[in-house]
Amino acid sequence: MIIVRIIFQTVFLAISQIWANKVRAMLTTLGIIIGVAAVISVVAATDGLQKFVLKEFASVGASKVWIFPRMPEGQRDRFSWRQLRIQLKEVNGMLERCPSIERLTPILEMATSVQFGDVSKPTVSVQAVRPAWHQIEDRAIVQGRPLSTIDEDQRLQVCIINDKAIGEFQLPSECVGTRISVGGRLFTIVGVVETKTVSPMFGGDEARTEVYIPFQTGLMLRPEPRMYIVAQTKSPELYEDAKAEITFFMRRMRNLKPDDPNTFGVEAIEQIIAQFKKLAAGLSVFLAGIVAISLLVGGIGIMNIMLVSVSERTREIGLRKAVGAKPAVVLLQFLVEAITLCLIGGAVGLVIGFGIVAALKLIPKSPLEEAGVPIWAIALSVGFSAATGLIFGMFPAIKAARLDPIVALRHE
Amino acid sequence: MTIRIRQLQKVYRVGTERVHALRGIDLDIAKNEFVAIMGASGSGKSTLMNILGCLDRPTAGVYELAGKPTHRMNATQLAQVRNQEIGFVFQSFELLNRQTALDNVTLPLIYSSKRWWGVRKRAKEALDRVGLGDRVHHRPMQLSGGQRQRVAIARALVNSPSILLADEPTGNLDSKTSEEIIALFKQLHAEGQTIVIVTHEEDIAGHAKRIVRLRDGRILSDSPTHEDVMHQDYLRRAAVTAVSVAKRELGDADVMASVSASVSASVAEVKP
Ligand SMILES: Nc1ncnc2c1ncn2[C@@H]1O[C@H](COP(=O)(O)OP(=O)(O)OP(=O)(O)O)[C@@H](O)[C@H]1O
Ligand SMILES: [Mg+2]
Repeated sequence: MIIVRIIFQTVFLAISQIWANKVRAMLTTLGIIIGVAAVISVVAATDGLQKFVLKEFASVGASKVWIFPRMPEGQRDRFSWRQLRIQLKEVNGMLERCPSIERLTPILEMATSVQFGDVSKPTVSVQAVRPAWHQIEDRAIVQGRPLSTIDEDQRLQVCIINDKAIGEFQLPSECVGTRISVGGRLFTIVGVVETKTVSPMFGGDEARTEVYIPFQTGLMLRPEPRMYIVAQTKSPELYEDAKAEITFFMRRMRNLKPDDPNTFGVEAIEQIIAQFKKLAAGLSVFLAGIVAISLLVGGIGIMNIMLVSVSERTREIGLRKAVGAKPAVVLLQFLVEAITLCLIGGAVGLVIGFGIVAALKLIPKSPLEEAGVPIWAIALSVGFSAATGLIFGMFPAIKAARLDPIVALRHE
Repeated sequence: MTIRIRQLQKVYRVGTERVHALRGIDLDIAKNEFVAIMGASGSGKSTLMNILGCLDRPTAGVYELAGKPTHRMNATQLAQVRNQEIGFVFQSFELLNRQTALDNVTLPLIYSSKRWWGVRKRAKEALDRVGLGDRVHHRPMQLSGGQRQRVAIARALVNSPSILLADEPTGNLDSKTSEEIIALFKQLHAEGQTIVIVTHEEDIAGHAKRIVRLRDGRILSDSPTHEDVMHQDYLRRAAVTAVSVAKRELGDADVMASVSASVSASVAEVKP
């Protein structure tokens, strides 16, 4: 009980002491204030950036796995790019052999000329895809219908365009049924999909004009196609399984020996997210280092001011001892005072940090709009502030506790 | 016996020099005594008081307070004794200037391990006892010297100590205020408090029931005294001085005779 009362009284005393010397307290706790404010604002900024990046990833689509040709390191003389190309039999066998995959589509990408009336563009992105593309990409159909298996099987010369293309080629606003020339052949527009802008992080830029044609039709245009595969896993967390299955399947298809390197690449968006999260965690550790250093600097200030406080108040300590304050109680009293000082510094730092975060959020179009201060950062700041008070207050407190009452009372 | 002291010695080391402040003191003080310690400056009064108050430790010898051997105690135990058994009043008051009178008086109760409830009420009662019930929320700077010393006395009394020690409590006060403070000590003594004070002034010491005189770290004399006897003694010596002054200055037998007559009359007046 006595301890509780003394802590209570000491906290009150410490606060009034600090209030009486506002400027001095402010200056001594500057290290802690800056440290905490820096941590809070940088952690919040990282948090905002992370949310932003994860949202960007989501825009590309979760549960996606890409399979594409890849030259193994330092094996350029052994393989030609031609050999590495994704084969049709690989595309066709994959779904059956990889149980984690829900659906997939090969994508045959070509840049070719597209023309309607007077408007002609030499290099428009034309992609030949299977109907599964619609489910994988999940784009809304604004007009007409999606590509169908009939289009595919019949190798029809039909296409889907994105809504950006309507303006680009000055098509009639109800453009379904209109014919456009793709690579010199006439294609009938059967549907229009919404335009989805991909973040610049993933090579996207301004919304482009896009034309999609059935995969089989595409094969007619490009007899030796360069393509890649986009697959969708049955659930987002299956990406590791899917990667393993695909790798096993592809290596068998390509007759690779156990010590041969992969001649293809398999990447999952979740994997990139996991890597990014790891990076963010690394950043946090780095931040913790900065906090530790600034709090160390702050702690030296605290120790200094506590030593000054002990010598300024030697008579007071003597008097407190004379009326019965035990050494342990005096020790506690000065420790509590140092900790209170640090916590007040930490609180001021928190307020400033939150102010900086609020200011960052106000910057228009910044990627930090969703920046928030995680609870752990607050706990870390408060905890480290208190620890600083405890560690750096210890020496002055011991000094005060060891004072001889009569010597202290004679002190001038 | 409240205080029992045997062969108490205190040696200060100043550089290589050794200062013998106390050279073997034997002293017993019983419950409800009112003792004055006197002696020339440097005779060891404060040294003795600080040891009595457990603020300092003797170099050698025995000091038992209320039966407890304090010379064998560690710092924590001594703090406990100071808190529970001793009320110390300093010449320079030693109040905490930022705190109110009430907070100052509450201080020993805060460091006390027993009875933590009703602390403010007890502090208020102690202030009432010294006649400062109406200055509870004043800070030391807003009080006169006498009032400050009263606050200090209230602080010394608040834990009901076995012994009240005061080292020149009136040293910083004018004579009228000193009289008031000494009257307060008398009142406390009448209420049963054991009191030891150090003073330079004979008339202050005269209010005590016993005077211990120190010289050079030893007890010179230790005699019970009666206030009124003391008073007579003082007057007699005053009369003798007055007569000798008159003799030297005036040489007039008539004046001398009338002075001695009036002195005898006033001595007769104060006699009970
Ligand atoms: N801390 C100290 N260090 C060294 N010597 C000391 C110390 N305190 C007291 N002394 C010496 O001890 C002796 C007794 O001092 P003390 O203070 O007890 O005298 P006192 O009777 O209280 O005198 P005063 O009437 O002037 O207060 C003196 O010779 C003094 O110089
Ligand atoms: Mg003295």
